[in-house]
Amino acid sequence: MTDFVSVANVSVRFDSDRGAVTALENVSFEIPRGGFLAILGPSGCGKSTLLRVTSDLITPTEGSVSLFGSSPAEVRRRRDLGFVFQDAALLPWRTARENVELPLEVGNGARLAERARSPEEMLALVGLADWHDSLPHELSGGMRQRVSIARALVTAPKILLMDEPFGSLDEITRDRLNEELLRIWRETQTTVLFVTHSVQEALYLGQQVLVLAPHPGRVREMVEPDLPQERGLEIRDTERFVQQAAHLRALLEPVP
Amino acid sequence: MKREHMLPAATLASLLAIWGLVVYLFNVPEYIVPSPLHVARTFTRDFGMIARNLVPTAIESFLGFFVGNLASIVMATVFVHQKTVEQALFPLAIIIRSIPIVAIAPILVLMLGNDMTPKVLIAALICFFPTLVNMVKGLSLVDPQALELMKVLSASKTEIFFKLRLYNSLPYLFAALKIAASASVIGAIVGEWIGSTEGIGALIIQATYNFDTGLLYATIAAAAMFSVLFTALISFIERRVVKWSPEIG
Repeated sequence: MTDFVSVANVSVRFDSDRGAVTALENVSFEIPRGGFLAILGPSGCGKSTLLRVTSDLITPTEGSVSLFGSSPAEVRRRRDLGFVFQDAALLPWRTARENVELPLEVGNGARLAERARSPEEMLALVGLADWHDSLPHELSGGMRQRVSIARALVTAPKILLMDEPFGSLDEITRDRLNEELLRIWRETQTTVLFVTHSVQEALYLGQQVLVLAPHPGRVREMVEPDLPQERGLEIRDTERFVQQAAHLRALLEPVP
Repeated sequence: MKREHMLPAATLASLLAIWGLVVYLFNVPEYIVPSPLHVARTFTRDFGMIARNLVPTAIESFLGFFVGNLASIVMATVFVHQKTVEQALFPLAIIIRSIPIVAIAPILVLMLGNDMTPKVLIAALICFFPTLVNMVKGLSLVDPQALELMKVLSASKTEIFFKLRLYNSLPYLFAALKIAASASVIGAIVGEWIGSTEGIGALIIQATYNFDTGLLYATIAAAAMFSVLFTALISFIERRVVKWSPEIG
């Protein structure tokens, strides 16, 4: 129990102008500590909602979430959560280094001093060692997202939640960041939940791939790709990869 | 001199020349419109007196600017944290704003006497509303993802205010402060129109009654120059403080 992220029978319903909307319906899954879960699904399948439930930004209407035996709220207060948003969400008046330092300045961050990683090291880890003093508007989209990954990792969180972090980047940048993310994941041994709507990305990154179906958001299938742990981008051209990608793509088709 | 400076300078020079030419060609009497040369001569001749009268006006503008903007920043901060207070006071603020400032001025002078206080208050009042509106906008229009980030980081309300909202509001604040700088000068002058014996406003009234158009125009030029310098000072500070926003929202 304490070695798993487990989501049990989670449903989320909102009240909107058009009546009650069910964003998630009876979602359950489990991943081991140190795992990498890719959450794949079309828009409207509630994948972002799922991350928000896991990070205590939303309380589920029904069901429960346990992160290594603790509730999301406890984990958040212990600052064991890292969150990477779709648009980097850097504070534009802070330099790259100051943005990475933010988690150590707020929410009692100072008490994390013992376990916290150094902002310089984090920037080096994401390949921005020479960009400490740049403001966000001086950085490219890919570099901004790298800063936000460094910021999420600086508190040495147990779990890293990523909400389509590379969705707005060009393919070349995205490929490179995918490769580096796997390296970072191996080096830091953080448990990662990664939301995407790209089959390639999900299959390349995930040790497990959770496929969701939309309206209402529910689990279609939990897939464990048959691929080696250590993988380079070239794996995407192998027959094994292409076949499994086709399988995932078929799962995204509307249920008849 | 750069082209972007040269063009407006040339326009100004041409306008002054046309003004002078019209006055000369149509023989306009000096008590109706003075020639630019006459205004310039009066300005240098009476410079000491004009400068002496600019001092109280400048002090009233500065004080009014300070008091008015400080009050609106404090009120905007309260509004953002207490929605009920905003709902109770904001409509009232809009109503007060719609009363013309020239109509409020005599009331304040009657109430507060003939010293600097009513002028400072009028200048403050005129600064208050644009800054209030912009500051409320700047404090509340925060990137929703940045707000979620702060929640994930378990940041307190105070931390969210000082690390996020306040910085976010600075471009909006400075946009309002630049308007407030020239508005506060107008406020101080309007205040001085009502029974004052010194200040730019008083000098304008005196010069008008005496048909001393040279002095009138020279006084107006001095007030305009002060107003431009005041705004330029705010722009200068803005460039030092707000370095991150290439496009100001």
